[in-house]
Amino acid sequence: MRDVLLFVGVLLACLVEAVEALTIVLAVGYTRGWRPAWEGVVAASAVLAATVALLGPALTVIPIASLRLVVGGMLLVFGLQWLRKAILRAGGAKALHDEEAAFAEQTARARAAGEPADPARDWYGFTVAFKSVLLEGLEVAFIVVTFGASQGSLALAVAAALTAVLVVVVVGFAVRHPLSRVPENTLKFAVGLLLTSFGTFWAAEGAGVHWPGGDAAIVVLPAVYAVVAVILVAWLRREQVSPVRVEGGHA
Amino acid sequence: MSWLRRFGAFWYDFLVGDDWRLLLGAVVGIVGVDALVRAGHGAVWWVLPSVVVVTLAISIRRARRP
Repeated sequence: MRDVLLFVGVLLACLVEAVEALTIVLAVGYTRGWRPAWEGVVAASAVLAATVALLGPALTVIPIASLRLVVGGMLLVFGLQWLRKAILRAGGAKALHDEEAAFAEQTARARAAGEPADPARDWYGFTVAFKSVLLEGLEVAFIVVTFGASQGSLALAVAAALTAVLVVVVVGFAVRHPLSRVPENTLKFAVGLLLTSFGTFWAAEGAGVHWPGGDAAIVVLPAVYAVVAVILVAWLRREQVSPVRVEGGHA
Repeated sequence: MSWLRRFGAFWYDFLVGDDWRLLLGAVVGIVGVDALVRAGHGAVWWVLPSVVVVTLAISIRRARRP
């Protein structure tokens, strides 16, 4: 069960980040040409692959209890940030991420940058595509490495990430448009729940806690956190529609 | 220096993010559980999830405050 959740967690996290990176890469491709866009994607992917290849095996040298304590703690903090954002967005307290708006903004910026000095090498297009894939991918690389090392399933985590990238690249370049219909906040919600749950599970295990039911706890934790998150979203929505009190006590 | 600053900014954003209370809550929870286990307390599995829930609720409540 841990492996299934690990695969789903990495897959969803990678899907979200890949969709966001794709929006910028498409904007670069349409405005600056596909060559610098692809070169940026390939260069950033190589850096990310090297990061995972170096850090993944290196982490397995650390004793598993210490590794789970530290990595679990980091995943917990990271997961809580994702979950907080997803709750605020679902509750209407924060604007939803809009791929169409991001695409329009990035396209305008790329046009404003003007023509490249050397027509054979568009550094602007390359740099924007490279940075977008690298920055979005670093979070995924962190999740892949930590999930893989803590669970002893680096290959599975890498497979999940590659599956997500493949799906987004194939679909994205087939429709040649930002994937604005992907329910990004729902995915972020699920990723936040899974990262927070795995973080809690591993950090506590690393500290020497014995979970009741053993591995079954990793299924219960996301369910418990989901209930809490739904309650918080409902509270936020109720706050949004509550009548605003004005001077004199009139609603 | 610029590279070092960006590296620091990356880790700050990564660990602290939008609300430092989340980092504080997680650290307090983990250190607390570790101390309880070292002190010989047995069934403390519920401590960390409880701290996580309280931390998240506080963070959301603070974010909602105008």
